[in-house]
Amino acid sequence: MSQTEVVDSKTTWAGDNNSPFGAGYGKLMMWFFLMSDALSFTGFLAAYGFYRHDYNAIWPTAENVFTHFPFIHSHQPLLYVAMMTFILIMSSVTMVLAVEAGQRMDKNAVVKWMFWTVIGGLIFVGSQAWEWYHFIHGTELGAFELGIGTYTLPNGSVEQTQGIIGRWVNDSKDVLMLPWRSVAGDITSEYLTLTGDELKNVLANGEAVYGANLTHNEYGHPLFADFFFFITGFHGTHVFSGVILNFIVFVNVLMGTYEKRGHYEMVEKVGLYWHFVDLVWVFVFTFFYLV
Amino acid sequence: MEHSNEPYKYAAHHSKEEGIKIRKMIWNMFWVLLAITAVEVTLGLIWKEIGIAWLSVKMTFIILTLAKAYFIVAYYMHLKHEKTSLQNTIIVPYIFLGVYLIYMIVTEATYSEFMDKLF
Repeated sequence: MSQTEVVDSKTTWAGDNNSPFGAGYGKLMMWFFLMSDALSFTGFLAAYGFYRHDYNAIWPTAENVFTHFPFIHSHQPLLYVAMMTFILIMSSVTMVLAVEAGQRMDKNAVVKWMFWTVIGGLIFVGSQAWEWYHFIHGTELGAFELGIGTYTLPNGSVEQTQGIIGRWVNDSKDVLMLPWRSVAGDITSEYLTLTGDELKNVLANGEAVYGANLTHNEYGHPLFADFFFFITGFHGTHVFSGVILNFIVFVNVLMGTYEKRGHYEMVEKVGLYWHFVDLVWVFVFTFFYLV
Repeated sequence: MEHSNEPYKYAAHHSKEEGIKIRKMIWNMFWVLLAITAVEVTLGLIWKEIGIAWLSVKMTFIILTLAKAYFIVAYYMHLKHEKTSLQNTIIVPYIFLGVYLIYMIVTEATYSEFMDKLF
């Protein structure tokens, strides 16, 4: 696949219609773009890591947030996002098969594999929309966000300077569970359960929250929701533009544009972009859903 | 430049026989990526029950993720078979970034307490 031409350093760097990198201009620029774009994602994930570490004690666990699966009403932690990951890996495979077919000048195979890549991308974007819907919509039970103030609790009196989310233990809403790991100073007990007068005391200051938006999040710290919307949103935008690029190239392949040109390098270029999108998801999947 | 009429020479081409080998590599890589993802999801669901320390689970996740990233970049994005100059152009900035991120974790975050215990 790579070129086997023997060049010495003089002809390589002479600029005489030679590429020192042995790659076409467009492909090279795609690599440089991806290199810098990956830095943006690294910045987001690093920021996410910092805040997550800061609020480690009250940060929600992803497997308790993303538990829905279409047409199944039971608790299915991580199953749906695992399926999304599988779809994206699969569409990466069909993409690289399209690139391979292009290098053999096999137009029909390129058409077939580009088609499946576009379909895979659409399913992924649709899945993300579905996941966002459930995250924004929240649960029927909702949660209770404690207001800022001083509380008298079994562990003593504590001052609360940020919104802490309490989850209802049952449908009758008479037992509230608080992630009190940091505030109570007791690392061994992860949660504090409140009932009766203690609960009444807590409920006097605060509000019920349903679902998640940029300022409130029933699953835990609002920053979790902010980062979720921002990082998966930014990634989703990349997937969506990737689908559009793939579709344009798909149409060009159908019209025989690249057959006339004598090479399918354009398929390789959008292929690089598409693999990059998959690559970013690999990291988002680990740092947002697993860790 | 009189070279403008030369055919474009940087597009990669290969024969049918080479194509069979490349497709085999593609599907092998697919199984590797699928296996890694399956291990990650399974580990994420059962680590509490089988009683592994969270720190080692986390490290396993990060190593598996970097392995997946390597396979995608090296084989699917074909960087392994590009010229060394191109490989370095893409990879070297990330070596600096990696060093910087480790520096931040060690010096800026409370992870330094954990580091103190470790060393």
